[in-house]
Amino acid sequence: MSDNSAQSYWKSNIRIVLSLLAVWFFISFGCGILFVDALDNIRFGGFKLGFWIAQQGAIFVFVVLIFVYIYLMDKLDDKYNLENAEENQSAPRTSSEEDAA
Amino acid sequence: MSVQLWTFVFIFLTFGLYIGIAIWSRAGSTSDFYVAGSGVPPLANGMATAADWMSAASFISMAGLISFLGRDGTFYLMGWTGGYVLLALLLAPYLRKFGKFTVPDFIGDRYYSKTARLIAVFCAVSISFVYVCGQMQGAGIVFSRFLEVDITTGVVIGMAIVFFYAVMGGMKGITYTQVAQYCVLIFAFMVPAIFISILMTGIPIPQIGFGAELTEAFGGGYLLDRLDGMSEELGFATYTEGQRTTQDVFFITAALMFGTAGLPHVIIRFFTVPNVRDARRSAGYALIFIAILYTTAPAVAAFARTNLINTVDNVEYNEVPEWFTKWEATNLIAFTDKNGDGRIQYVGDPEANELDVNRDIMVLANPEIAGLPNWVVALVAAGALAAALSTAAGLLLVISTAVAHDFMKRSFLPNITEKQELAYARIAIFVAVLIAGYVGINPPAYVAQVVAYAFGLAAASFFPAIVLGIFQKSMNKQGAIAGMVAGFLFTAFYIVYFKTLNPALDNADGWLFGISPEGIGTVGTLVNLFIAIAVAQFTPQPPEEVQKIVEDIRLPGEAVTQ
Repeated sequence: MSDNSAQSYWKSNIRIVLSLLAVWFFISFGCGILFVDALDNIRFGGFKLGFWIAQQGAIFVFVVLIFVYIYLMDKLDDKYNLENAEENQSAPRTSSEEDAA
Repeated sequence: MSVQLWTFVFIFLTFGLYIGIAIWSRAGSTSDFYVAGSGVPPLANGMATAADWMSAASFISMAGLISFLGRDGTFYLMGWTGGYVLLALLLAPYLRKFGKFTVPDFIGDRYYSKTARLIAVFCAVSISFVYVCGQMQGAGIVFSRFLEVDITTGVVIGMAIVFFYAVMGGMKGITYTQVAQYCVLIFAFMVPAIFISILMTGIPIPQIGFGAELTEAFGGGYLLDRLDGMSEELGFATYTEGQRTTQDVFFITAALMFGTAGLPHVIIRFFTVPNVRDARRSAGYALIFIAILYTTAPAVAAFARTNLINTVDNVEYNEVPEWFTKWEATNLIAFTDKNGDGRIQYVGDPEANELDVNRDIMVLANPEIAGLPNWVVALVAAGALAAALSTAAGLLLVISTAVAHDFMKRSFLPNITEKQELAYARIAIFVAVLIAGYVGINPPAYVAQVVAYAFGLAAASFFPAIVLGIFQKSMNKQGAIAGMVAGFLFTAFYIVYFKTLNPALDNADGWLFGISPEGIGTVGTLVNLFIAIAVAQFTPQPPEEVQKIVEDIRLPGEAVTQ
């Protein structure tokens, strides 16, 4: 892979990570902690919304975020033709080989 | 069959299974021993990570803690799951691409420094050691209550089992035992939760029962409304409202998240999968497996709390149910008849309250409180042991690899053969098991508390050093070392200051910016980041080869250039 495409791959990677982390922060620290009292005014079933996000909802969002990340990164790898990402990489070298480093 | 007989059956079966797996998956090389030959499928690694991660604290204590903290218990729920988002997005894929054995390996190579490696060894060993003592203690409690052996015998049995499969199989043995342990622990956690949810709300999914209406037998109305009402009536804090300050909850949650992403025994699990894509996937699977327990726990907390108040408040002491008397014997629940009326008054006012409830009882005795069948009660014991032993094994492996690989082979005895290194790793596990067992039998009073601080220390030392190592190419050894030392010392000092040197000041007025010692790891993380970046500005850039390594770990798929 050339330096240029390595750089643009890395840029896209950073963009994906930052946008997902923005959602992560908004849901957990925003809705679950900072605005929790305001959201508690909204009710559904036996739950206050803020309380539900803090104790359950945020965890579901975390799971979804990781799978969105997996999907976007797979697509990115394919776009940059990093197909050997899928092949097994060799197991870590044994210690004797590492000593050369 | 009695509860005790059922417990024997379950423990015998599960331990037999763990030993069988250990014999089947013996480790032949250091690569097998340290990273299971990097051949673990992502789904299996997800389960192993979940078992590795969910400790005696998650299984036994967390739901109980939440049931006494109410909404504030959120920091455990979000903190211990949200960290996986950081782990998946910021660490796991890159560390897998780096492809070595241990966390100190990464720190030592990326920062081209023996000092950095040794600091990382020190942090990894002290964090893991603090944590493993809590697991041994948890195993001891379960044995003593359910098998009615004394705690010492209980801890010795636990040590013998962990020792057997960890020494024989190393990471390979540990991985496949953890897969089995995950299945045992999640089954043991879910079955009572489902039973109780059906009993109290008629809905078999606890996550939904949590927000549903109680059945007629329990007085009807939404569970959470009723719990709020009962709490207020008895003078406890309203369950669905927070008591701690917003900034304290914020900082504790962040410390637990950064700590989760910085704990070496979790990070090394991602070295065991074949490639970068699998590392991403297994982080996702791990969080699903963890979320099953973590979204059930708050429901269990609310059910258990409602049930406890219903069953014991204002009841004649002579007429308490059988479980009450049994658990009194373990001192986890205690009644003092302050007003001499022979009834239990369970109220918020400490002057008038007559019932002392240990939070651990909320999960351990929950099936008995709800009157579930004997086999369900016994299942909880097997699940709690699976949770404690799987985490203990993962932690012991970190200690042993840090000692044998990073301390001996890579720092002081570079000429030992692979066979000798493997022997040192096994000896290190042996010694670590003995010390952990000793501490489990003679727990210093502060161990349980200290476990929570392991997160703060991991957050303030490893997390920034690894993230900067990947995302900032110009980060050099001077910056990383200064950052790790400053972050670790700052956090450790803050905790020690308020917990042992000056406990009188350990309250919101005495704390720095109102941040409790549990949350100070977040400030430690920022201290680490700030100092590392500042120092790196004034010191030489890292050498060319190191910058090449960083470029290389950013790309999945291609071989490491050296």
